[in-house]
Amino acid sequence: MKPVYINSVGSVSAQKTFENNEFLNEITDYNDTVIHVIDPNYKEYIPPAAARRMARGIKMSTVSSKNALTEAGIENVDAIIVGTGLGCIGDSERFVSDIIKNDEQFLTPTRFIQSSHNTVAGQIALGLGCKGHNFTFVHSAVSFESSLIDAKIMLENNEVNTVLVGGVDELVEHHVTTHRLIGHIKKKPIALKELLQSKTEGMVMGEGSHFFVLSTEKSPSTYSELVAVKTFNTLSKERVEGKIVAFLERQHLSINDIDLVILGNNGDVNYDGYYEQLSTTLFNDTPQAYYKHLSGEFDTATGFAFWLANKILKTQNIPDVVKLNAIEPSNLKTVLIYNQYRGENHSLTLIRKC
Amino acid sequence: MSELKLELKEKIIEQLNLEDVSVDEIADTDPLFGEGLGLDSIDALELIVMLDKDYGIRLADPKEGRKIFESIDTMAAYITANRTN
Repeated sequence: MKPVYINSVGSVSAQKTFENNEFLNEITDYNDTVIHVIDPNYKEYIPPAAARRMARGIKMSTVSSKNALTEAGIENVDAIIVGTGLGCIGDSERFVSDIIKNDEQFLTPTRFIQSSHNTVAGQIALGLGCKGHNFTFVHSAVSFESSLIDAKIMLENNEVNTVLVGGVDELVEHHVTTHRLIGHIKKKPIALKELLQSKTEGMVMGEGSHFFVLSTEKSPSTYSELVAVKTFNTLSKERVEGKIVAFLERQHLSINDIDLVILGNNGDVNYDGYYEQLSTTLFNDTPQAYYKHLSGEFDTATGFAFWLANKILKTQNIPDVVKLNAIEPSNLKTVLIYNQYRGENHSLTLIRKC
Repeated sequence: MSELKLELKEKIIEQLNLEDVSVDEIADTDPLFGEGLGLDSIDALELIVMLDKDYGIRLADPKEGRKIFESIDTMAAYITANRTN
């Protein structure tokens, strides 16, 4: 099977990541329970006539996908694959609210058009004129990884040569209110640099859009090789360690081969134990990093982790702000990302410098 | 009539998300589609729904919209003559 390379990245997040020539040079700290992306100047990327009908998730993804394509030096791809937990939930909410408010009358087309999960992938394809494979994976916290798996299989089997893969989720009012009601969001604002010390329940909710060009051909812009991705919908705390070891063994690797592990700690005292047990046992001697104090938690937050991992490999630099322990890597070649959300939908993603 | 025209301009800007357009920039005789405001067929559907919802006018034949939505002037005249609320 052909190797799969990550040839470019594009990100819009709660940090200023939309400029590819920067790498967390300036950190925005928040003291909140919900954090939004730092908006790029959308007018630089999207004609006003097109932007007026775009939901936030589409705008973010237009920017991050365009940045990824520009960096890869290509204008089109063979396939577009997007992962999203909730799609364009903002327009979905407004569409449903209008149904209730107007007694099922007077429904307008724009909100209907965008009130589906696959709007982002569709809009990107329309913008590019891409008539190839267009797919959207909606699977909670493994939505992005599901997209990566699909892209990897297609590339390895020579079905396509280049794929635009991304993950996107947007924050909207009703969704936040619902998560507050069920106690999934922290009750009190917290300075994000103290996220892991909070020892309180719930997350700091975020949003973001991350896109990557994957290809079977290496290019001057290549960041890394995508070695393996695996997801587990259910996995008890006791079985995580064994699954990671088995995952690495399948790649003929051991824990000692991992130069950096990126963990998805989100400061929720009820579920960070999944990560803490690994930090103190399996990865006790491994350099560790975390990122949800920069991005917030959302279904496709691992898109930020994937962006971070690739940036680290390309720059050979781990920014201090993401370091979870003081161990410095002697070599920075292989990076493992582990994530779960509320004890479910676990994922392992392995990339390697090339 | 001038109040209705102002109201229509505000509604069009708000409902069609014309973020960069102000009320002053829309002349009463400007074409709404094509060269003027540059609205398209999806906007036409939004305007048909607006007529129904806000003025109680249900267009039996959507093709009528072509003449009604020519400009703010034509819209205001049609609404004045046909409104039910």
